[in-house]
Order: sequence, then structure tokens, then C-alpha cells
Amino acid sequence: MLKLVFRAGISKRAYSAKAVKLTVETYPNLQRGDYGTLEESDLTRFRSILGDSSVFVDDIEGYNEDQMRKYRGQSQVVLKPKTTSQVSEIVKHCNDRKLAICPQGGNTGLVGGSVPVFDEVVVSLSGMSQIRSFDETSGILKVDAGCILESTDQFLAEKGYIFPLDLGAKGSCQIGGNVATNAGGLRLLRYGSLHGSVLGIEAVLPDGTVFDSMHSLRKDNTGYDLKQLFIGSEGTLGIITGVSVLCPARPKAVNVAFLGVESYEAVQDTFSKAKRELSEILSAFEFMDRESQVVNKKFLKAPHPLAEGSDEIPEYPFYILIETSGSNKEHDDAKLEQFLETSMEDGTILDGTVSQDEAQTRTLWAWREGISEASQIEGGVYKYDVSLPLSKLYDLVIAARERLREANLIGETDEYPVVDPVGYGHVGDGNLHLNVCVRRYTKEVEKVLEPFIYEWISQHHGSISAEHGLGFQKKNYVHYSKSDVEIAMMKDLKRHYDPNGILNPYKYI
Amino acid sequence: MSSKIRILVPVKRVIDAALKPRINKTNTGVESKGVKFSMNPFCDIAVEEAVKIKEAHKEAVESIHAVSIGPSKAQDILRTALAKGVDTSTLVDVGEQEIEPLQVSKLLKKVVEQKDSNLVILGKQAIDDDSNQTGQMLAGLLGWPQATNASKVVVEGDFVTVTREVDGGAETIRAKLPLIITTDLRLNEPKFVTLPKMMKAKKKPLEIVKPDAYGVTIEERLEILKVEEPPARSAGVKVSSVDELVSKLQELKAL
Repeated sequence: MLKLVFRAGISKRAYSAKAVKLTVETYPNLQRGDYGTLEESDLTRFRSILGDSSVFVDDIEGYNEDQMRKYRGQSQVVLKPKTTSQVSEIVKHCNDRKLAICPQGGNTGLVGGSVPVFDEVVVSLSGMSQIRSFDETSGILKVDAGCILESTDQFLAEKGYIFPLDLGAKGSCQIGGNVATNAGGLRLLRYGSLHGSVLGIEAVLPDGTVFDSMHSLRKDNTGYDLKQLFIGSEGTLGIITGVSVLCPARPKAVNVAFLGVESYEAVQDTFSKAKRELSEILSAFEFMDRESQVVNKKFLKAPHPLAEGSDEIPEYPFYILIETSGSNKEHDDAKLEQFLETSMEDGTILDGTVSQDEAQTRTLWAWREGISEASQIEGGVYKYDVSLPLSKLYDLVIAARERLREANLIGETDEYPVVDPVGYGHVGDGNLHLNVCVRRYTKEVEKVLEPFIYEWISQHHGSISAEHGLGFQKKNYVHYSKSDVEIAMMKDLKRHYDPNGILNPYKYI
Repeated sequence: MSSKIRILVPVKRVIDAALKPRINKTNTGVESKGVKFSMNPFCDIAVEEAVKIKEAHKEAVESIHAVSIGPSKAQDILRTALAKGVDTSTLVDVGEQEIEPLQVSKLLKKVVEQKDSNLVILGKQAIDDDSNQTGQMLAGLLGWPQATNASKVVVEGDFVTVTREVDGGAETIRAKLPLIITTDLRLNEPKFVTLPKMMKAKKKPLEIVKPDAYGVTIEERLEILKVEEPPARSAGVKVSSVDELVSKLQELKAL
């Protein structure tokens, strides 16, 4: 699933003035599908549905480019509907005219799923950003798809609740996009996946029909659970316009510890120990290799938390961030303290720190969350988001680094395309993020990495996409993780509900 | 031969600076239930500076003592101070009562006398009441020189040179110990405390005393009548052209 990059305020354009190559130039074998072409009469129709101010034909580069500056489409028009019935009318018109559509949320996706490839009509959900209702007893929240994750969570915070999903891109990503991509994020360990917390969905099907399960209950065993089809469908079966989510009570006491350990084995040992000893208050367990901290330091431009004020990053090969959330500060503090002390004494961890105030908590999280954005400051990043058995998780980074070294692609100077591969991720969920930080995107690097990485994952029984989704990047690699029978059923579904193939084409399966 | 420096750092426990305080239902103060408390950021800077001075002048600095006047939970911030490098600490346990700057200063004067301190480094203000008075009052009660709003501190023998943040620039002053310094934001950036130091801090002394032990009776001189939110700012308006902007500004008599 998607996970955007972070902090809305920082424009990706600040990093590089180079224009993003058109996706069709990067992939010259791509063929435009047999779709209609946008005409003046279509714009007139869109204007009559939405009003002039919600149809955009100028200054739409931001909707054509993905945030990694890797993909660029050639859409001529961006539509920003404000209501579900407007979405329905737009989609119906596009289906009648066989115009392809690219649905778009906060455009923070990492696999090129949220931007057009050719001239698809972009339907942006940013205009639908109302909170529909919140039940303070049950914790059921109903929102428009375009609500920003962070502001929704702030709304919930005032009521003593929390959104069951948190990720680096929270400042710009939208809940509809989160659900469409089944975003995983930082607190999946605690609150589970969106397949569990989403209770209902409102979506517009490819023929304009409105699918509405917003009134669903927590327990409901009547028939197929159709909403699940939309969770992680990446806009290929329908455009999600509304979401109903069950939100848990917001923890009153939150602690964050940041630790240094001597090996990947020690990361695993610390994780087993944390599960045993912190049990119900453990809410996040993240690991980062030292290389990721080096890259992040260039971005954050601050002393590392374990550096004691010096400008060096300590020589520990791995770092861990542990978050605990609970309802009683004294209880949590005592538990965490005990855990950290015994782990220091038995040598599982070598050093560490615990945040003393809210500002420090945010700083410690930035050393984990900032890696995503930091990875591309030298030019770009190849991102791999994989699930693997825990014991094999980091071997993939070692294998990729070796392979890039052998090909003589890694170096400190500009002639080498690769800066360094870095590994980090959600240990609690067996989810690794391998970011190959590059100075520029080249075929050479891509050929060394792919399909090598996908084959490696397949051999080790992993998934080629743990949470970022398939999008454009991984469309051709589904078979490394799914069987022929599974893929055939997916294609059947898509054909049945979208016979013209107008929704988010060239992607997914 | 210059005399040994004994530093005193008073610290205050306040609602975490990164959180938005909410006014309580009776409009008599801010809601403190279920809210995270931390060390006042200016006090954090004071602790950091004291530790830096000690590290730079190991021979000259004999000890750093931290004191907090507050509820028993203020022990947490004293432990943090000890972990950062403070040697010993005292909590003057006044329960949940809010203490005014003058009372705080009177108590601190007693602590200074008891610990024979000759350099007091404290935050220029606490972020909860924003009084910005304690350092000045303490200097008055002790009859010591004071250097407020410090952005740089240099210790040389018995003399201390302090750069102060003042309107329109910086002012550099020099004084002989004993001295009161209050800290401003730019003085330093507090570091994270590492686990080994936190563990060691648990064994450092933290004594708890009641205010009457110092012979000080706490009497409040001020009565809080009402606490209210500042008026909300009205929303801005978008204009579509420069002409419209100019005419709006004229309407508002801003031009």
C-alpha cells in the first residue's frame, strides 16, 4: 500500500530541477489502450456536472508526477468532485465515452499507482474532505475519502480517539487512498490492518453505480464481505468516496525508546524480548540499519539521538525504535525501564535513549520516518517493500548491496548512479523497506535490481509488496507472490466489474 | 586561586511544551488531568549549560545541585536532570499548590544558603505562567548580580562573561561570582540522555523536603479571577486580483 512521503510542506521539487521523464519514454514498449480521446464536449460535460471551478486543465503537472519523481503521465484534465453523486456522473460519462480514469488521493504512492500513464482523466478526491459523523460511544468514524489522515487524527484526538493507521505521509495522504491501497504503516502491530478496522465503504463502480456499505456493523455475517474487495484494489474496481472506520481509544501514555544494537540477530532478540516483557503496551517496533541513519542525517541535519551531541553517528550497525502506548504512565514507565535495564545488562542492546518530552518523541520518530524522504535527496530512490520471514528479512539488503557492488554501481562520487542501499522497516510485521538511494534513475541499475530482487523474495517465500501495493511498478511481478489461480480470479473480477477497463489502467494486474 | 564553583539549577515541571493546553471547565486554570508533564524547556537548557560548564571546567566546578519546587511527581524531572549530569538533587514537595515567583525565590534563597551555591543557572521563565520573575527576584533577595536571557556563557576563573539577548542585538556583560544567570532559547540545544546515564541516575541522591524545613511559609499574594482563551482570529479572505487586494486594504484603512 501506499505510504507517502512525509510532511506536506516540503516540496519534492526542492531537491532537483530536472524534469521527470515521461513514463511512456522510460517504458517505450507501453501501448495506449483502446480508449476514447478527451474532446471539448467532454470538458463541457464535466463543467456542467462539477461547475467551472472544479475542472482543471492548466497547471496540472503536480497531478501527473508521482512524488518520487519517477513517473510522469500526460493527463489533460483534473476533476475535483465534491460529492459522491458528482463522482458517479463523471464515471458514468467516462464509461459511456470509454475515457480512462486515474483516481487520485494525496498522490503520495510509492509504486506509480496514483498518477496517469497516458492521458487518463485524473479524478482527485481532494474536494471531498468532510468528516461525515463520529459516534463517541462506539468510536465509529465516517469520512469522505479525501480527508487528510493527519487532520482526521487531530479531530479524533480532541475526542480521545485515535485513527488506527499512522504513516510517514500522514500530512498529505488521504483516507480514501489509504484504504484503496490498504496502507499498513507504523502501528499495524498494535491496531491490525485496514481489512479489520474498516467497517464500511462507499465507492463508485466503473459504470457509475454507487456501492454503499457505510452502515455496516462490526459483526455482520450476511453474505460476501464485498467491501474487502475495495481495500487494496488501488482504484481498479471502483473509486472510494467514503469510508467508515472503527477507531480505538487514544492511549494516554506514550513512550519512545531509541536503541543501538550490534547485529540483526540482536534486533530479533530484542523483538522477542519486547513482545514478552512489554506485551500489551508495545505499539511499534521498527528497525533501521546504520546506512539509513547516515542518509537521514543529511536530511535532518541534526545530531543523532545516540551521538551525545557529537556530529558522528555511533558505530552500531542497527538501530531500533520502540513505542509503548498505554493508559497508565507509571505502569508503562516501570515496565519499559525494567525491559531496557535488563536488556542493557544482558548485552542485547548496547546503548539507547528514552524521550523525556513530546519534542524528543517527535525527534526520535523523525529518525525513523524521515528515512523515506531522505532516501531521495540525492536524486531518486528505488523502493522495495517486502514481507519476508523475520530471520531472512535483512539478508535481502545484504544481497542487493553485494550485487550492486559487483556491478560497480555504488560509489561516493557522481559517476556512480547508486549512493547506497538502505534497509529499515516494521520488524513487528515482517516488513522490510529496501531503499536503493540513487543519484539518477538508470536502466542499468534497474536491470541489476529487477527481477533479481523479486526472484530472491519468491525463493524465500516472501511477498513482493507488503504495504506499498502493485501500482505501475510491480504490475508485471505479481506472479512472484500469487499463484495462477489467484491471478486468474483477480482478472475475472476486474473484467466483470470494469469490462471497458477504464479504471486505473496499465497498473495492478 | 579562584574559588570552587557550586552550581544550583532550579527546574520546574510543566505541561509538555509541545502540547496545546486546554482551559478547565471552571475557567480557573488549565486542565492538568491526563496531560503529559515534562521539564520546562528553559530549565532543560539551564541543566544542559550547567553540565557543559562542568565538563569544560572539571577542576573548577565542585558540584551541580538541582532543585524543584512542586508536587511529588516532579521527582521525574529531577531524575532526568540527574541523568543529564547533575550530581545531587532536592525536591521541595509543596503538593499540587501553585507557587508564585516570590515564594519560589524565597525558597531558592534558602537552598542557595544551605548548599553554599555561588552560581545559579535557571530558565528565564516557565512556559506555564510565563512570569519571568524568579531569577530577578532571587538576585534581589541575595543581593547578587544577575545576567538574564543568556545566549552565551563563558566562565574564566571567578569571572563569567554572558551574552544577553536584548532588543535589537546582543549585550555582553561580565560579573564576578556569585551570580544568577537566566537562560534563553539559543544558549544550547539539550541532548538526549543515554540509557547508561539514566540507570546511573537512579543511584544519585534525591532528597525530599517540605517547605517548612526551610522556615518559609507559603502565602499567595495573587488571586486568579479567570482564565480564558484568546479571541479566535477571524478567517482570511481570498482575493482574485491585485486591484481587489488594493481596494480591500483601503477598505480596512491599511493603505
